[in-house]
Amino acid sequence: MSRALAAILKRDLKLALRAGGGAGIGVIFFLALVTIVPFAIGPDLPLLKRIGAAVLWIGALLASLLGLERIFASDHEDGSLDLLLLAPVPLALIAATKALAHWIATGLPLVVMTPVLGLMLGIEPPALAAVTITLLAGTPAVTLIGLIGGALAATLPRSGMLVAVLVLPLAIPLLIFGVAATDAAVTNEIPFGAPFRLLCAISLFFLVLGPVAAAAALRHARE
Amino acid sequence: MPFYELANPHRFLQLARVLIPALAVLALALIGLGLGLGFRAPPDYQQGEMVRVMYIHVPSAWIALFAYTLMAVASLGTLVWRHPLADVAAKAAAPIGAAFCLLCLVTGALWGRPMWGAYWVWDPRLTSVLVLFLLYLGVIAVWGAIDDPGRAGKAAAILTLVGFINVPIVKFSVDWWSSLHQGASVFRLDGPTIHPSLLTPLLISAAGFAALFFALQLAAMRNEILRRRLRTLGILAAATAEAG
Repeated sequence: MSRALAAILKRDLKLALRAGGGAGIGVIFFLALVTIVPFAIGPDLPLLKRIGAAVLWIGALLASLLGLERIFASDHEDGSLDLLLLAPVPLALIAATKALAHWIATGLPLVVMTPVLGLMLGIEPPALAAVTITLLAGTPAVTLIGLIGGALAATLPRSGMLVAVLVLPLAIPLLIFGVAATDAAVTNEIPFGAPFRLLCAISLFFLVLGPVAAAAALRHARE
Repeated sequence: MPFYELANPHRFLQLARVLIPALAVLALALIGLGLGLGFRAPPDYQQGEMVRVMYIHVPSAWIALFAYTLMAVASLGTLVWRHPLADVAAKAAAPIGAAFCLLCLVTGALWGRPMWGAYWVWDPRLTSVLVLFLLYLGVIAVWGAIDDPGRAGKAAAILTLVGFINVPIVKFSVDWWSSLHQGASVFRLDGPTIHPSLLTPLLISAAGFAALFFALQLAAMRNEILRRRLRTLGILAAATAEAG
């Protein structure tokens, strides 16, 4: 079973990283989003420093949404979704593996890019470390919530906006605790660990719920 | 009549024909009585006349939460028991619940302006109700995005169940976080903390809102059943025309 899952992981990563996969687009989109913020609010470095963590979180959240509607749709189009449904491996585990591949291809580069973009916004190193760690803990949850949206939209022709509309309300707690943990690291008013642990708890919660709900949605979509 | 007999849409339509007018009359009478008593109740010692918004705001909030809970139960009915009317009920409840949720948000904003000095604050209770409203809109969007009612029902059911996490968050947001919104004052273990002179009209009004919700819900379910019949008849007619 683990060999099958490893094969799916390898296949999805290859598909994402090679030509036409579009894994790098998310990072470019993230960069573009962060770049337009100083144009919108003016190059006021103290202000940017104060809202920088929130800008990075919103940018990463929106960039993570890209491509989520394709996570199962491309498999549906080329027929491999039917094979995955017939496979003797639990569908929830397959869905979780696909989420992992998607996160490695799109989420992890965002986390890696965060310190660089943070420097552009004038964020201090401790806050920068905090943003990066919270994004590392939080972006998997965005992918896992998006997994449900992607599964619901798998067989729909035009679903990009729909997935975003479904995912964003559920991602609000991540934003709250992610930014709260970053603020805690800067101001030291509350310990960093308290909101950060809640953030990790939400990620773990969606690690369970996301694949199970996505598997149920896929099964019903194919009936 | 046992629950499973309602699985027959014909039986349901017969029942709905009797219940819808009865519930509508009951809703009118109770809401009229509740609001009438509410206007004759003494003004609040702190909030003065503004407290009367409560007789609309609080019942619509309860109905908004109740409608989502009903949708979640109906979603279980769709996915687990495959009750044929479950997804009809879920589809019918979504716009009605969204409307009550919006009513709650709007009356809350109008109440907040004189009391808190702002139409909107980013408070846990307000934000979680706004998320509830967004979830309603998401479910409605899924119903709109998939043309086959059976498949749309299952997709919407999964989304509804995932979004149900938000319902306890709305309910307990005032207890878990320090909130500008006032805490639970009716459903408390140690009894309500509202004076009976204000509580009685509130409960009557809430009963009226519940009757209104059920009247609208049954009417919407009836419309949905008829709409699906029309859809099937259309498909059959097209198939016959093609064959003949």
